[in-house]
Amino acid sequence: MKLDTSGFETSMPTIGFGSSNDMLDGFSTVPSFDLPRTTDFDGFQKEAVQMVKPAKGTTTLAFIFKEGVMVAADSRASMGGYISSQSVKKIIEINPYMLGTMAGGAADCQFWHRNLGIKCRLHELANKRRISVSGASKLLANMLYSYRGMGLSVGTMIAGWDETGPGLYYVDNEGGRLKGDRFSVGSGSPYAYGVLDSGYKFDMSVEEASELARRSIYHATFRDGASGGVASVYHVGSNGWTKLSGDDVGELHYHYYPVPPAIAEQVMEEAAAE
Amino acid sequence: MTKQHANWSPYDNNGGTCVAIAGSDYCVIAADTRMSTGYSILSRDYSKIHKLADKAVLSSSGFQADVKALQKVLKSRHLVYQHQHNKQMSCPAMAQLLSNTLYFKRFFPYYAFNVLGGLDEEGKGCVFTYDAVGSYEKVGYSAQGSGSTLIMPFLDNQLKSPSPLLLPAQDAITPLSEPEAVDLVKTVFASATERDIYTGDKLEIMILKADGIRTEVMELRKD
Repeated sequence: MKLDTSGFETSMPTIGFGSSNDMLDGFSTVPSFDLPRTTDFDGFQKEAVQMVKPAKGTTTLAFIFKEGVMVAADSRASMGGYISSQSVKKIIEINPYMLGTMAGGAADCQFWHRNLGIKCRLHELANKRRISVSGASKLLANMLYSYRGMGLSVGTMIAGWDETGPGLYYVDNEGGRLKGDRFSVGSGSPYAYGVLDSGYKFDMSVEEASELARRSIYHATFRDGASGGVASVYHVGSNGWTKLSGDDVGELHYHYYPVPPAIAEQVMEEAAAE
Repeated sequence: MTKQHANWSPYDNNGGTCVAIAGSDYCVIAADTRMSTGYSILSRDYSKIHKLADKAVLSSSGFQADVKALQKVLKSRHLVYQHQHNKQMSCPAMAQLLSNTLYFKRFFPYYAFNVLGGLDEEGKGCVFTYDAVGSYEKVGYSAQGSGSTLIMPFLDNQLKSPSPLLLPAQDAITPLSEPEAVDLVKTVFASATERDIYTGDKLEIMILKADGIRTEVMELRKD
């Protein structure tokens, strides 16, 4: 039986690797990658993924409320059971009014978000206006769809503010794209959803919303081993995004659940005062 | 028909450990010189450190054939850059180039675990750490390779600086002086050699400063 490998061929021109001029032009077309020449592509991909074990495991969330979009994430990257970094930037600044979150393969998310940023800028230059959140998320979703089944791992949310107001889309490596008000992505997302859903109201101030986002991330890092590090919270308003806070989750724990001083110490203090 | 699995793998792991530490005006990059395959030692004197530009030095562990291929690609891209821009590539620029180079082989990865060290545009030390497919991060120090899980916890203990993600931002400069950093690297490799069979023989240290690069060699256990 002859296997149908037409899905692996790209109809776009191949980028020659050596010349840097081609690299620049290449971003207006689908980048084409070196593929291994094997009969068992899926099996090879499985083994390759096992070998390189891309960093993943995370908690990210975003929600729309009265004052715009709130985006929050942890900062831990794990490779199997080893924590490879506690300071990964999981909220990626695509441009001054749009943010993307990173969940899944770190390299995949970094590369495709950067690629999306370039495409958004090219759109601005070609059309003399900013790209909409809907448009940006569609660009990303279509790119990921063309690599469907090849083992990319991307679970991202595109959050921004455009002419229609605040926008939030969830995009993943299957090529799925969902518009919504509240999303949480990653291994810690069930825990984050629990806190987020129970505390959410559309009419919240920026402070209340950022506190809700921070607490959701904190609770997810508390229970999920693959999430931790620093909880970052961003707000996207009509003037673009601002970073509201970055707190170490270990310190947040004692902030939310302070340890009361032991009774014995109190007794001694009273004795000394007399 | 049962699926047949390949008896041959295009990859091999040649072992070894690489470490880099960034300081206020220097960068220390170190790697052991043992190259092995399985339980055999192929060479006791194989350098894993390579200078890519005046201010950027790459150290990689993993599959050395892929590392060699990667270095060739980076060297040639750097040459093109020099022709086009009439200057050497800066360390942050090389860092981005390395990330893209690794990602372009996303579906047939370079089995290389890289640490890029150098001086940034302001002359401060910078270290970039990578995974095999190109995700990277600017850090104050890093270890990659077979001994990395032994070395990183100790470096965290000695050098841990506040995360760059904290707000309000806290200063993350390592207060370590250059001789202290070199000493720390020697200590760390001596310990890793005790407990990792793929690390040993000799330690090669490259110290990058604004006025040039200095190399030191230290003997490690050969067993």
